Amino acid sequence: MSSGSQIALVAVAAGLACSLAGVFLVLRRLAMVADAISHAVLPGLVAGYVLANGPNLLFGFLGAVVSGLLTVYLVETLNKTRRVTSDTAIGLVFPAMFALGVYVISRYFPNLHIDTDAVLHGEIAFAPFDTLALGGREYGPVSFWVLGGLGLFNALVLTALYKELKLATFDAALSATLGFAPVVLHYVLMTVVAVTTVGAFSAVGAILAVALIVVPAVTASLLTTRLNQLIPLAIAVGVGSALAGYGLATLWNVSISGMMASTLGAVFFLALLFAPARGIISQWSRRRRQREEFATDVLLIHLATHLSTPEEAVESTLLHIERELGWSPDRASQIAVRAERAGLLQARSGSLQLTQEGQARATQVAAH
Amino acid sequence: MNHEALAAPGPLPAVFVRDLTVAYDEKPVLWDIDLDVPEGTLTAIVGPNGAGKSTLLKAILGLIPTAAGTIRLLGETYSRNRRAVGYVPQRGTVDWDFPTDALDVVTMGLYGALGWLRRPGAKERATALERLDQVGMADFAKRQISQLSGGQQQRVFLARALAQDPKLYFMDEPLAGVDAATEQIVFEILRLLRSEGRTVVVVHHDLETVRETFDRTILLNVKLIASGPTEAVFVREKLQAAYGGRLAAMER
Amino acid sequence: MNLLADYTLRNVALGSLVLGVVSGVLGCFAVLRRQGLMGDALSHAALPGVCLAYMATGLKTPLVLMAGAAASGLVGMLLILTTIRRTRVDQGSALAVVLTWFFGIGVVLLTVVQKRNDANQAGLDKFLFGQAAALIAEQVATMAVLGLLCLIVVSLLFKEFKVVSFDPEFAQTVGLDTGRLGALLSGLLVVAIVIGLNTVGVILMSAMLVAPAAAARQWTNSLGTMVWLAATIGASAGVCGALLSVFQENVPTGPAIVLVLSAATAFSLFFGSARGLAWSRRRARVAT
Repeated sequence: MSSGSQIALVAVAAGLACSLAGVFLVLRRLAMVADAISHAVLPGLVAGYVLANGPNLLFGFLGAVVSGLLTVYLVETLNKTRRVTSDTAIGLVFPAMFALGVYVISRYFPNLHIDTDAVLHGEIAFAPFDTLALGGREYGPVSFWVLGGLGLFNALVLTALYKELKLATFDAALSATLGFAPVVLHYVLMTVVAVTTVGAFSAVGAILAVALIVVPAVTASLLTTRLNQLIPLAIAVGVGSALAGYGLATLWNVSISGMMASTLGAVFFLALLFAPARGIISQWSRRRRQREEFATDVLLIHLATHLSTPEEAVESTLLHIERELGWSPDRASQIAVRAERAGLLQARSGSLQLTQEGQARATQVAAH
Repeated sequence: MNHEALAAPGPLPAVFVRDLTVAYDEKPVLWDIDLDVPEGTLTAIVGPNGAGKSTLLKAILGLIPTAAGTIRLLGETYSRNRRAVGYVPQRGTVDWDFPTDALDVVTMGLYGALGWLRRPGAKERATALERLDQVGMADFAKRQISQLSGGQQQRVFLARALAQDPKLYFMDEPLAGVDAATEQIVFEILRLLRSEGRTVVVVHHDLETVRETFDRTILLNVKLIASGPTEAVFVREKLQAAYGGRLAAMER
Repeated sequence: MNLLADYTLRNVALGSLVLGVVSGVLGCFAVLRRQGLMGDALSHAALPGVCLAYMATGLKTPLVLMAGAAASGLVGMLLILTTIRRTRVDQGSALAVVLTWFFGIGVVLLTVVQKRNDANQAGLDKFLFGQAAALIAEQVATMAVLGLLCLIVVSLLFKEFKVVSFDPEFAQTVGLDTGRLGALLSGLLVVAIVIGLNTVGVILMSAMLVAPAAAARQWTNSLGTMVWLAATIGASAGVCGALLSVFQENVPTGPAIVLVLSAATAFSLFFGSARGLAWSRRRARVAT
């Protein structure tokens, strides 16, 4: 197998595993916890390597996961003291953990080859060089098997606990009264996130791992509100962006991890602007349309209130309407012209008069 | 009602509102409200939940955008007349954990008069302490605000508005969920402000105390139901129009 | 050895001192406005700006790189605030998305720069990952001037910043433009981050903002005192960390500062005179 297709395989596995892990994390508004975990695994990784007397995949992995969970626990504990807010708690814990890791490495193990910058960047391009060899045969890159296994693990956990996680996310109180321990569920979810982050960051770097966990779920949440659509959409965004990013990186000969993260961000940005119901542009045009309709209603009601009263002649002049409704002359005449075109009123010698239709609409709106 | 009041000579009432319409997400929460609140009166705004009482205050104070309407406070637009207007917000809109104490909060009422660049000094602190004393909170001046009871917190925010020394007050539910001592102090302050010729508009939830305290009442339920002297507004059919079936339940 | 005469030590200590003061002061407002993690996102968001500034000018002078960092930090902040305001995406998600997106773009640009094969580009990434030991006098001077500007603005607008952070609605009713004051505070935050990048680096920057404020809060219930204390804690941790890193072999400055700072915060959480856990536990026991 070419190294290119091997990288693509790793990208697909990473996209799948991470986007699955991110769905409930994002829905529970804990996205930054993924960022915290990705940085805070460093001391655990070091501890694992020290225990194993050198870079050892399994010990490093376990150490890093423990360190990630410890971060979650410390953040929770700080929250419970109610001395700091939850975002402050995250901001206190993960830099301390990262600093501890860097300090220990540089002070005591300067020969332990961990490049702390590389922890952040990562480079998926190196994935094919680390192949899984069993009994003299090679079975492709190790990170593919790690990430593929994680994808399977995450899918199993989410399937098994789907309704519990759904309930705990959308109605924590009900979930607790029904006897689903929210703390246990929280830590199950956090374990999934920690394991996935650790598995992914050694292959793709911490930042891309966080991007692959958070961005697909956030993007999907802009496109749909239904959980059963959100999960496949998130997977599609994650896997699709990872592959597209890889393609672009090869084309332009730039960092693969960087390009994947950039593509994910770009997809999010497109969704932010153009998502059908929740995108900024569609919201803006909907608001605008509603505002115009609403302004017409305000004008009709105003005219209807003074219909057949002594002040009618005064109240119906455009000048008076401008002043009382606080509209600029341009806006007032714009709205009046639009209403006239719609057949709701007629302008006669400087004053506006409701038509039959206009009166009917005013009565209907006022009744609400 | 003289709809040409804006153009006509002579003073406008303290609060003058015409055709005020407010919408959240383009759904109307206040429809075509006309109001006149004469100077030197105590006015209650009453109406059922969701009637738009707080919204009315916020719209008048420019805290939320309006879809249409004209608003004049003491004859001017609010942006030109801020110093003459004070606002006591609903409790629970601030960060109670903020590093600030009762005295400090009341001193904030003097920031407007201080203007840019000047710091509050001994004189401002003395004024603030007087205002705290006025609401019976002088002993708690150095308490962090989360360590005060609900009623005490309410009194601190009332003292902050007093420190602003405005001619016109807007208060949003100052008596919601407070203790008897606070209630008594708030009523005392309201009467004092009226005797000093100031105008006070209060969003109020307790129909029973409206009649004995407030000169005028505004009855609101998205639209203006009635507005005028309390005895004229507090009649059965008008209350019925505002509250509907809920009135019977309250009368029990 | 004459300590003050040592060039490296003097630069590192002075740089860390400036950073500690500025991030301590601005961190107070960030934490109180629930923007503690904004520092983390914006420091990552600075990378593409640094690369672009270098690509456009070919210069590596601190002011050019800082300007680039600040520009892309501000764009990132704008995107975060727009996303939160206009959609239902929560603050944490918006932060994480912008952080990873901008950083990804930065990594891509970094590979582009490295391919241009000019010897000058070496060390561009060091600007981001913090290398206090390599601070030169010119950088320290730039940091000090920018920091001083921030502090002057904060001291002139202190009472306005306080009202806007505490009770935005009230601030609006007394005629303060809460939108602009909030934007100004966030802009100052970006300046503080830019100052910190080449001293402690992207990852540890958030601690420089959050920790002094969180520690100071436990000792006082007054914002003025809290700001002074946070500046003092930030500055002392900066200098202690700098000294530690200079006298211990192989220890980088950023992590040393953050470790000192974390220890100070932990101590404050337990023993802070206003809200320390130790006292409230004892109080609770006495009460029962």
